[in-house]
Amino acid sequence: MQNEKVIIADKLTKRFGDFAAVDEISFEVNRGEIFGFLGANGAGKTTAMRMLCGLSIPTSGTAKVAGFDVYKQTEKIKKNIGYMSQKFSLYEDLTVKENIRFYAGIYGMRDAEIREKTEHALKHLHLEGEADKLVGSLPLGWKQKLAFSVAIFHEPDIVFLDEPTGGVDPVTRREFWKMIYQAAATGITVFVTTHYMDEAEYCNRVSIMVDGRIDALGTPGELKRQFNASTMDEVFVKLARKARRTDA
Amino acid sequence: MKQFRSFVKKEFYHILRDRRTMFILLGMPIVQIIIFGFALTNEVKNSRIAIFDNSKDAATTAIIQELEASRYFDIKKNIYSYQDVETAFKGGDVKLAIVFPQRFDHDLKHFNKAQVQLVADASDPNVANTLTNYATAIIRDYQDRILDNRQLPYTIHTEMRMLYNPQLKGAYSMVPGVMAMVLMLVCTMMTAITIVKEKELGTMEIMLVSPMQPIKIIIAKAVPYLALSIVNIASILLLSVFVLEVPVNGSLVLLIFESILFTLTCLAFGLLISSATSSQQTAMFISLTGMFLPTVMLSGFMFPIENMPLPLQILSRVVPATWYYSIVKSVMIKGTGLEAVWKETLVLAGMMVFLLALSIKKFKIRLA
Repeated sequence: MQNEKVIIADKLTKRFGDFAAVDEISFEVNRGEIFGFLGANGAGKTTAMRMLCGLSIPTSGTAKVAGFDVYKQTEKIKKNIGYMSQKFSLYEDLTVKENIRFYAGIYGMRDAEIREKTEHALKHLHLEGEADKLVGSLPLGWKQKLAFSVAIFHEPDIVFLDEPTGGVDPVTRREFWKMIYQAAATGITVFVTTHYMDEAEYCNRVSIMVDGRIDALGTPGELKRQFNASTMDEVFVKLARKARRTDA
Repeated sequence: MKQFRSFVKKEFYHILRDRRTMFILLGMPIVQIIIFGFALTNEVKNSRIAIFDNSKDAATTAIIQELEASRYFDIKKNIYSYQDVETAFKGGDVKLAIVFPQRFDHDLKHFNKAQVQLVADASDPNVANTLTNYATAIIRDYQDRILDNRQLPYTIHTEMRMLYNPQLKGAYSMVPGVMAMVLMLVCTMMTAITIVKEKELGTMEIMLVSPMQPIKIIIAKAVPYLALSIVNIASILLLSVFVLEVPVNGSLVLLIFESILFTLTCLAFGLLISSATSSQQTAMFISLTGMFLPTVMLSGFMFPIENMPLPLQILSRVVPATWYYSIVKSVMIKGTGLEAVWKETLVLAGMMVFLLALSIKKFKIRLA
């Protein structure tokens, strides 16, 4: 089970005209793994992630996500992944319960199943009392945790988290990572981008993108040894300094 | 289907929770009907006029009485010098002055010819025109009556009949115009805004990653606004029949069918705007300039298309509201059936299909 590959990318490339946003990246992710996908702004992380989610068709290379081809089987990929973006992704004018029901609904889950699982999820989040409150009235940390629960509510094979902890306080961030570990323990693969290097240390394996390529890939320990650094922060800075591309 | 239901339900939550917007959407047609039906009317009623009667004889008295008796005029004052005519106009409340020269009746009876001068305040040319026409008609009426006693060798008597709207009520052209405007506003602007809002929130991204197909997202977004529009169509029609007394002369079913067709065209346009913009302000601005202004200015509702210069006439043909306005006028006021409006209907349907195809294509391109 540990060695079952749920994401296989081989020379995956996306060009916009002459510009290679993602330049022949190859990597594999195992089931149940927490895979950190790091890189400076503009390194091509978002574009790579969009291809893996079936939102964007690659220019060349191959990739399989949850066993499905990113060119031809995007619909099947979408059914088997969850997604949570850096932008807060719940509706503030809907209640906690309505948000859960809506997202479960667009994944085609049955009403009975939704009802049962909603109770379970709310209990898990200690939000039973807030089920009928508008999401807009919840503190940011709770919203973020709720958004994560919603993203894995339909029990996807893989959940893609795009900078999920942006703007959240350190205590909530730690709780959030606890939830990530719990999800991974149930067999959900977690594919996460982040700018917090302490979070990179929590990942099983980490890849670092520079200028559209993956320049480093391995466990945090391996990377630190390879780059002769004491923290992931140092590893990242050493790599990012080489970058020619910036946001501007 | 389950996906679709969840989505539509969510859309209704959005609309129902945002009380203020909902109030505006449902209240707007009512307010507009009332404003356009009662306040913004081209009709002339009880216009204040001044009389400068230098003759004061049987004929002038009879004419003045007729003017006073008509509901168009209200004799504000009698004036006694030409200077006062000017003063009366500058005062602003007098719109028309009628000047009878000396010995009016005498001239009329002995020379068969008398003159009367109508002086109008033409700072508003339309009103001036209407007022002088009404006054001329009343004076001619009087003339016709005294003619009965004499024999003239040749006379042409014009008899006018105003078909479909015998009382020349402004509401007859306002109601179709307001319908076009309201449906346009609700559908185009609200659809554009609601989709762009999801883009701003980042929820659109989640939606696109979900297994729900883009086409279903688009339709589910449009359904609640279609429902709202049907409520609006109903309230406009009820108000126009029972309050403004503008009847629905043609088939109600046809009218509703055409309205839904127009609504769909507007929805498609809103979708197109939403896929081309990324902020709510831009979406609103484009909807207003791209749809609202042409609807008001070019559809023939405010200004007759025949009087426009050729380029504007051509432009007006591209505005969906032009066709809808013409359809509603025919069906609702003239009472014609589909055989009279099939051309307009086809044009509208063509526009709808074109806009919808374009917006779905654009929506998909954004995904690739």
